[in-house]
Amino acid sequence: MSEPVIQVENLYKSYGAVQALRGVSFAVEQGEVFGLLGPNGAGKTTTIEILEGMRTPDAGRARVCGLDPERSGEKFKETIGAVLQSTSLPDKIRVKEAIDLFANFYRERANTDDLLKRFQLDEKRTAFYNQLSGGQKQRLALAMALVNNPQVVFLDEPTAGLDPQVRREIYDIIEQMRREKKTVLLTTHYIEEAERLCDRVAIIDSGKVIALGSPRELKQRSAGTTRIEVRLARALTDGLLAKLDGVADCREFDGTYVLHSSRPPQTIVALVKQLEAQNNELQSLEMFSPSLEDVFIELTGRRLRE
Amino acid sequence: MRNTWTLTKVRLRLAMRNKMFLFFSLVMPLGFLFFFAAIFGKGSPAWIGYILGAILTMTVMGSFWGLSVQLVMFREQGILRRFRLAPLGAGPMLASSILANYIMLIPTVAIEMTVCRWTFHLKDFGNIWQIFLLITFGSVAFSSLGLIVASVTNTMQETQVINQILWTGFLFLSGATVPLATFPLWLQRCSLFMPATYLATGLEFAATGLATRREIVTDIVALSIGFWVAFEVSRQIFRWEPEAKVPGRAKLWVLAALVPFLIFGAYENIRGQRLAQVHQDFQILSGRIPAPHSSPNR
Repeated sequence: MSEPVIQVENLYKSYGAVQALRGVSFAVEQGEVFGLLGPNGAGKTTTIEILEGMRTPDAGRARVCGLDPERSGEKFKETIGAVLQSTSLPDKIRVKEAIDLFANFYRERANTDDLLKRFQLDEKRTAFYNQLSGGQKQRLALAMALVNNPQVVFLDEPTAGLDPQVRREIYDIIEQMRREKKTVLLTTHYIEEAERLCDRVAIIDSGKVIALGSPRELKQRSAGTTRIEVRLARALTDGLLAKLDGVADCREFDGTYVLHSSRPPQTIVALVKQLEAQNNELQSLEMFSPSLEDVFIELTGRRLRE
Repeated sequence: MRNTWTLTKVRLRLAMRNKMFLFFSLVMPLGFLFFFAAIFGKGSPAWIGYILGAILTMTVMGSFWGLSVQLVMFREQGILRRFRLAPLGAGPMLASSILANYIMLIPTVAIEMTVCRWTFHLKDFGNIWQIFLLITFGSVAFSSLGLIVASVTNTMQETQVINQILWTGFLFLSGATVPLATFPLWLQRCSLFMPATYLATGLEFAATGLATRREIVTDIVALSIGFWVAFEVSRQIFRWEPEAKVPGRAKLWVLAALVPFLIFGAYENIRGQRLAQVHQDFQILSGRIPAPHSSPNR
């Protein structure tokens, strides 16, 4: 079996008193789209920036294509492409100029016109950076990440803050990278992004990997349970919902009760009866098939976006 | 070298699209030129030459301000972070800002000289080669100083404060605005420790044809060493990240950039002839003593 393209072993990193990483380890194979999924402050960006050679770990080892990101200098940078969590360029640089500028730094260069077409920036080629919408700026950042035809692409929250339409466009771009057999490491806190795009996901929380596997494998941890989210007219304090028929787990988040049930119809009937008996009312009820969110809740007792 | 040139071309384009840059690099120096010529020109070509030297000094010195502000702004906005991902070191990033600044300086200098010739009837530019050399070495030295300022300041506010202090000192103590020969002697001695003094006295007397070769060589050597040390120091302490703060120990490096001027200042104070020369040239310009026969290109 060939050596993993990205290898992370026991990374530690602190910022003053804050421990951002506490022994993060994982490996990414050639051609794999690998996701780091976790809430804000979990350590995703620190991990990806160590892999990009932009931060120094306090301890542990990181390798990309067998190279030390921090010490391999230009050879390493020729190998990777990256989109930062927030990309900034000078306001008065034109779209084509920006791509040409960055392409000029590399030995191997993609064709600028092809990139402009692929990222739907052809009509904006002469527009200034400060005239672009958020989605166009992000597409430009992605185009710039591919100017050197990199083997490995790092995407730090590539769709954060974008509207659903633009997000879907960026999903298509990442799926194309998968078809081109590029190795992609992306960070996200969007469940659907990780589920749709990633071959494997590491769920990261408080600087630690708490689960790792394919989305399907991880969801199987929730072993056939359905998530039922309910809001009630009056709060319940005596843990009655946890005792309802079929309920495996019940937690409350900001007035919403999240139940995991192996027999949803029976659970709902029991819930309605219970509420009638207590003269309480159901304000809303939503059912979800198992997702990575459920895995995260099971493992941490918190929701992903808390 | 390729990366330096690539970045230089982009910097030139960005500058041309920046109205503030055009104002500060062209309109403002010309405003100063008309103001000084009207007030102090006295209708004398020799004095216009002297004023041209002063205005060229201000134009060249302005490099450090624009350059430091741009670099800090790029760092604060996270623009430098993106460049850090590319196979590009701090050297090309810094060298390109110096080169672009120098290229943009040339048209400004040409316009200032043209205005002096056509508007103020200046027939003789003194020693044009000396002017060219001083502008070249002065530009890179003051640009490097801007890089140092950008390297040691953590915020735009700090940068502006430091720039203001330096600019005021350079402007009023170097002889670029008030002739050095009119200062009290102790102040003249202090001014010999400033890089701006070497540029100002050199350009003022090169433009009037009164500078000796020895003076110009001393100026160029001082500015070159100053440039080299400042560039190297700023390369060592260059920061790409907005949140990266300059460590206290690194600030000691900045003292190294001052060493050449401390040495030149000490030498000129103890053994040098610069102040005597400045006095003599000023007397010649004022018509109190006749110009030597070999003038203007002694």
